Amino acid sequence: MSQPEAMLKVHLPPTELQRMPLVANQRSPAWISDRVASLVEGKTPRWWWIAFIPSSMAMTMLLGMLVWQVSTGVGVWGNNHPVMWGWDIINFVWWIGIGHAGTLISAILFLLRQRWRTAVNRAAEAMTIFAVMCAGIYPALHVGRIWFDWWLFPIPTSNGLWPQFRSPLMWDVFAVSTYFTVSVLFWYVGLIPDLATFRDRSKSKVRQFLYGLFALGWTGSNRHWSNYEKAYLILAGLSTPLVLSVHSIVSLDFAVSQLPGWHTTIFPPYFVAGAIFSGFGMVLTLLLPLRKLCKLEDIITMRHIDVMCKVTLATGSIVGYAYGMEFFIAWYSGSDYERFAFINRATGPYWWGYWTMISCNVIFPQLFWFKKVRQNLWIVFVLSILVNVGMWFERFVIIVISLHREFLPSNWGYFVPTWVDVCTYLGTFGLFFTCFLLFMRFLPMIAIAEVKGVTPYSDPHHPVGGAKVGGGH
Amino acid sequence: MSATVKPYGLLAEFETAAEITHAAEKVRDAGYRQWDVFSPFPVHGMDRAMGLKNSKVGWFAFLGGATGYTIGMLMIWFMNAFDYPIIIGGKPMFSPFAAFPPSYELTILLGAFGALFGMLFLNRLPRLHHPLLKSRRFALATHDRFFLVIESSDPNYAENETRKLLESTGSRHIELVED
Repeated sequence: MSQPEAMLKVHLPPTELQRMPLVANQRSPAWISDRVASLVEGKTPRWWWIAFIPSSMAMTMLLGMLVWQVSTGVGVWGNNHPVMWGWDIINFVWWIGIGHAGTLISAILFLLRQRWRTAVNRAAEAMTIFAVMCAGIYPALHVGRIWFDWWLFPIPTSNGLWPQFRSPLMWDVFAVSTYFTVSVLFWYVGLIPDLATFRDRSKSKVRQFLYGLFALGWTGSNRHWSNYEKAYLILAGLSTPLVLSVHSIVSLDFAVSQLPGWHTTIFPPYFVAGAIFSGFGMVLTLLLPLRKLCKLEDIITMRHIDVMCKVTLATGSIVGYAYGMEFFIAWYSGSDYERFAFINRATGPYWWGYWTMISCNVIFPQLFWFKKVRQNLWIVFVLSILVNVGMWFERFVIIVISLHREFLPSNWGYFVPTWVDVCTYLGTFGLFFTCFLLFMRFLPMIAIAEVKGVTPYSDPHHPVGGAKVGGGH
Repeated sequence: MSATVKPYGLLAEFETAAEITHAAEKVRDAGYRQWDVFSPFPVHGMDRAMGLKNSKVGWFAFLGGATGYTIGMLMIWFMNAFDYPIIIGGKPMFSPFAAFPPSYELTILLGAFGALFGMLFLNRLPRLHHPLLKSRRFALATHDRFFLVIESSDPNYAENETRKLLESTGSRHIELVED
């Protein structure tokens, strides 16, 4: 570390095979802690307040909407026969899908040894937790009489009745609550060493006490790291099947029913791919402005953005394939109801919803094939928002369009959301952004220890890590 | 520093990952048992340099997972097939297939708790106080420095010889830490 750069002899591969380093400009471990901690230690920036005040106001609006809904009844929403699942379930699936990218980044990419994940995993995991919080509101509230929500849990009622475990809705209760709990555990385990970093550099007693309390007395002992790394690996190994199961079970809420448009076996993989697609859209939407505002360009580099765009492209193409396959199977099934359901999606009264979905999810992300597009942050930002618009419409298409034309024409209807639907949805953004802004102001937004671990300084065999030039080991 | 206070151990500071790895190898080969290495991030190859065995966290996670799966299956059988059986769609009272998804989720839930609490138990955390945290320089262990500590409770510990060993590893700063 102390050697001047000119003395270092590193045998680099030929230029065309070189990759951009994960941390740009040869930043040292000390620079990484200082940079990340400065986001928490410095004076609150003005842009933070500009974002925080409207977010907390929207969160207050959400609270008002929920009180209004609980005290009045589900009738304040647009849900009505035949569209009994409206914006509540659309938004539930949409938010929980967004959460999936966080777990993909933190767990699956960890198992696949994708070292670039360290720069974005902390923020993505926080996004997961807050998105699942927003999602959880809807199933809890849409039952109407929320004071009976506890019937969903395996607690005996006064009638001696138990929940019916053949219902995918019961599976959902277990899947979503496990997902939330394990995401929080995984996030917290990752935070422990970084909280210790914050504890050791805090100037004020209060901060030292609080960060110290949650750092659990972490010292950076290698005997601890050894157990810690194993626990982290196991948590990643457990979260991987978890994240795949959660959206599969969410999709079974639909697929297990008999409704044309819902009753398809492609749903689990198609939902999981769509969830990761929308989650990466949200990660890009959040991190593009943040890396600029927090001056994290050396940690979240252009290479990271490039890779995330490619994942978005891949999952978006899987989703596009699923749309095509749904249509094919509807035709191939020979069932008139199936065929009608799908032709009605594209040409029926909600045709605009279907074509918004197709353009945002299948057509626009194809622009990510071009390197010029992946390197233009403005285009990436706009496309990342379009991805989430498209994924919202996907859930709209699946839920509302399938429900509004049932088997019997006498059961047909047209769904229109109410102002309460719209304000509740906008309010969940308030909750999400309020939580995210508080997170980035008080906790390490970048996994400090992990990012240090992917720099050459951490490698005892690299000259920067102190290995002697030409010295055998 | 009064002579009656028993020292906690000798603390040696290093600047690079390579230096601490070589130092750890030397201390391991000198036969010390009660010693440790402190680093801001896990150093690749350090477990071998210290002679550590594979971590036992996996057993805790396995135990948690197995408990979760068993609890899930038994709970659903008890509720839907034993305590209050209701025929649903003419299907069997208990089927492992319908009971699988909740049991699967419980496997993961308790497995994750097993991994977390197993890790904390093996590390003897949470811990509110540690003698090393009294050393001012030691705060850099979570920043960008590497430390090696040989505890005075080690049977091979002898202040002068241990200090010589640490000096021979190339440490630029060695200090005695009080308990």
